[in-house]
Amino acid sequence: MSNVFIAFQRNEETRSIVDAILADNPEAVVNMQPAMVRIDAPNTMVIRRSTVEEQMGRPFDLQELHVNLITLTGHIDETEDEFTLSWKH
Amino acid sequence: MHIDLRTVNIEPLRQTFDHIAARIGPNKPASRYLEGTMDVQAAANYHYRPTWDPEHEIFDATRTAITMKDWYALKDPRQLYYGSYTASRARMQETTEADFEFVETRGLAEVYDETARRTALDFYIPLRHVAWGANMNGASMCAYGFGTAITQPCLYQGMDQLGVAQYLTRMGLVLGDESEVQAAKQAWMDAPQWQELRRYVEDTLVIKDWFEMFVAQHVALDAMLFGLAYKEVDQALNDKAGPTVSLLTRFQTELLEDSSKWVDACLKTAAAENHENKAQLQEWIAHWRGRAAQALQPLAQQALGADADAALARVSARLDARLVKAGLLA
Repeated sequence: MSNVFIAFQRNEETRSIVDAILADNPEAVVNMQPAMVRIDAPNTMVIRRSTVEEQMGRPFDLQELHVNLITLTGHIDETEDEFTLSWKH
Repeated sequence: MHIDLRTVNIEPLRQTFDHIAARIGPNKPASRYLEGTMDVQAAANYHYRPTWDPEHEIFDATRTAITMKDWYALKDPRQLYYGSYTASRARMQETTEADFEFVETRGLAEVYDETARRTALDFYIPLRHVAWGANMNGASMCAYGFGTAITQPCLYQGMDQLGVAQYLTRMGLVLGDESEVQAAKQAWMDAPQWQELRRYVEDTLVIKDWFEMFVAQHVALDAMLFGLAYKEVDQALNDKAGPTVSLLTRFQTELLEDSSKWVDACLKTAAAENHENKAQLQEWIAHWRGRAAQALQPLAQQALGADADAALARVSARLDARLVKAGLLA
């Protein structure tokens, strides 16, 4: 069992994304650093568009993640509604 | 020379203000919206009661029949505070400016179909007076309401309505000239088909209960009027003469979509709070939407002719769907 992780710049926009990730991935662990936030999760992590939109209060395109993305590990499976990191492939 | 870069992690002693932490839990970073909204309303240590209303404190939660254990439960799902509101509207305004410029540079107004132009001018331009009334009501709800969570977006909505009034005036100038704007005011003052709507707007201006004003303005009138004007009439003109008017009314269409989210969230929260709230809201909605439908009937007739009743029925059905979601309609 290994972790996947994703790291964002720490700002107003990613705060909603992080909240959404934590809501959808109960096992995720957040690590707040100055100007950066990193989230680790065992095996798999999913970012759902609907949850992010709920947190943000506006329409969100998952591609907008990349504006604030610093780094990530894991295989990426990307659709319009979900962005999934995992080691399952 | 060798330079060794080291990072030092400084753990902040606290993530946010204590009163915010008390609401969202300790050690969680709070959004700017929460920090700029929660518990901002003055709630204690008042000195004098206002001479114009000695029954109440200056800021008093009992100015409305609606009761809430916590007025900050009426949060805005769009999370608009001054910074995000101005940024969001600047974006919308940029788009609208571009649309107006598009219509003007391509001469779309000059080649616009003559009967459609008449319909558009007669129907849309007097609505700037409705928007002005809505602007006044927004300021009033902000002044007499309680809790920044709701008074803040009320004022923003009022400002948006002022924008609507200005865009409608500009539309009159693009599709016609100054005399059209004058004529629209005459119609608003004198033409029989406008008088019921004018009475509606004037009656909302003097509603004492600010939550009733919220229902009369945002739930009943905005939903019905925007639905009729910027969906039904817009579509009819589109079918007949192309999208010129749609370009000139894009701001209003987007505003309806945007503000509905907020209005519905407030309704849902207030109705779920207790049974009395729900009953009171239902009573207000029934009264004001009935009047709104009545006021809009002759105008729908004027703009859509035989299709008026079907269009109003669709508008009404869309409002029903929203009320069902808010738990106010079975």
